[in-house]
Amino acid sequence: MAYITCKDLSLGYDGQVISEKINFDVKKGDYLCIVGENGAGKSTLMKTLLHLIEPISGSIEYGDDISLTQIGYLPQQTQIQKDFPASVKEIVLSGTISAGTFKPFYSSSDKEKALKNMERMDILDLKNKSYRSLSGGQQQRVLLARALCATEKMLILDEPVTGLDPKVTAEFYRLIKQLNKEGLTVIMVSHDLQAAINYATHILHVGKIQQFFGPTEDYLESCAFRKFSGFGGEE
Amino acid sequence: MQTLAYYLSFPFVRYALVVGVLISLCASLFGVTLVLKRYSFIGDGLSHVAFGAIAIATVLKLSNNTLLVMPITILAAVVLLKSGQNAKLKGDSAIAIFSVSAMSIGYVLMNVFSASSNVAGDVCCTLFGSTSILTLKKEDVWISAVFSVLVVAVFVIFYNRIFTVTFDETFAKASGIKTNAYNFLIAIVIAVIIVLGMNLVGSLLISALVVFPALAAMRLVNNFKGVIIASAVIAVVSALAGMIASIYLSTPTGASIVICNLISYLIACLVGKIKH
Repeated sequence: MAYITCKDLSLGYDGQVISEKINFDVKKGDYLCIVGENGAGKSTLMKTLLHLIEPISGSIEYGDDISLTQIGYLPQQTQIQKDFPASVKEIVLSGTISAGTFKPFYSSSDKEKALKNMERMDILDLKNKSYRSLSGGQQQRVLLARALCATEKMLILDEPVTGLDPKVTAEFYRLIKQLNKEGLTVIMVSHDLQAAINYATHILHVGKIQQFFGPTEDYLESCAFRKFSGFGGEE
Repeated sequence: MQTLAYYLSFPFVRYALVVGVLISLCASLFGVTLVLKRYSFIGDGLSHVAFGAIAIATVLKLSNNTLLVMPITILAAVVLLKSGQNAKLKGDSAIAIFSVSAMSIGYVLMNVFSASSNVAGDVCCTLFGSTSILTLKKEDVWISAVFSVLVVAVFVIFYNRIFTVTFDETFAKASGIKTNAYNFLIAIVIAVIIVLGMNLVGSLLISALVVFPALAAMRLVNNFKGVIIASAVIAVVSALAGMIASIYLSTPTGASIVICNLISYLIACLVGKIKH
């Protein structure tokens, strides 16, 4: 059974539809890239998947072996975070907090999990460094480690390479692909069409009405792709 | 030294010192979150609302102001937070409307209805705090002590969640944390702190207790726990220094505490500059 199945979804704010007729599913081990023009509802779709906002109509179903709280989310960076006094360890640990039973303090298994994921993201040596002193790429790795503390199954990333230089961007994409190969399901919102084609197994192209959903190979043959890349989405 | 010993021989002076320290401590803990969440304006707006509430309490000749002022200020905190999330009336303009309305209504009420022969003195006292800690009432001292302990307890129990909600609300919400509930918790606690602090430093100066220690600590320390601890230490030291200075120099208590906070902040800026 699929992790997430969306049927005839309409999205928007305050009853205003931004994007409609969205149909897709995400299975275990998939790497789905959500592409589309600015304002087409990519981020809105992501927030709807996370139930941060409610869909206007249609349904989102989660499979039996995944629940909403087992999704690790990597949001876009906010202004507040740029000069936030917090150590890497504090931020990664905060990923272990989840809904359900209320525990005021971190347990030793929470701390182990945080250490393990810092090691996995190769940021263990930055453990006591301040987040605001890190480079953009390092900051993304910290937030990724935090997201990994929240999930072992699925990652949702919102334009994760915004503001990173090309070399760091390429490294970051490789890192995500590596996690995907280790069995993690990935959903990524991206405006980088080339990277989406290179790394994703599936593409969802949203617009006022959904343009395409299917495997990446098929997307390359679709007229949605030809039209979109002709607009300058690709170099 | 003799003056200090003389003052300390009065139990209510000792109480006042304890309360001053406790309130400053509470304000500094939640101040860090407030500053980081860009909510410091809420503290400012609430203190004005509390002024209006005090005016009403004075007119009604209540035996204890806090019992009326506390609920009104908490209500205002909830309304302000809601309006901050509402796109139609932006947070800062909502605050402006709230502040000036509450202040002017309060001032008019005090002038029209007050039986006191010294309205100007009453108003000044509400704005800038008791002129001397000797004028603090014993029941105020107890109320402050109980609430301070509660505030510190809330902070410790919810510390990890407060951090998460402050650093990244979207992530917290996606992890299933009830972020709105925590925002309200923070707003309500701030309202409580402001009402408590009014007796000490008055409504115009209370924001200083919330903002200064946090800003100073952020200049010095780079992790959240460290900032919280530094903020608490700076707040306690500044409050003690301010109160003792006001005894020695016969200066107004509230303003003296705030000036000590300012000095701490300036020192922190200097030390921060040298460190980097």
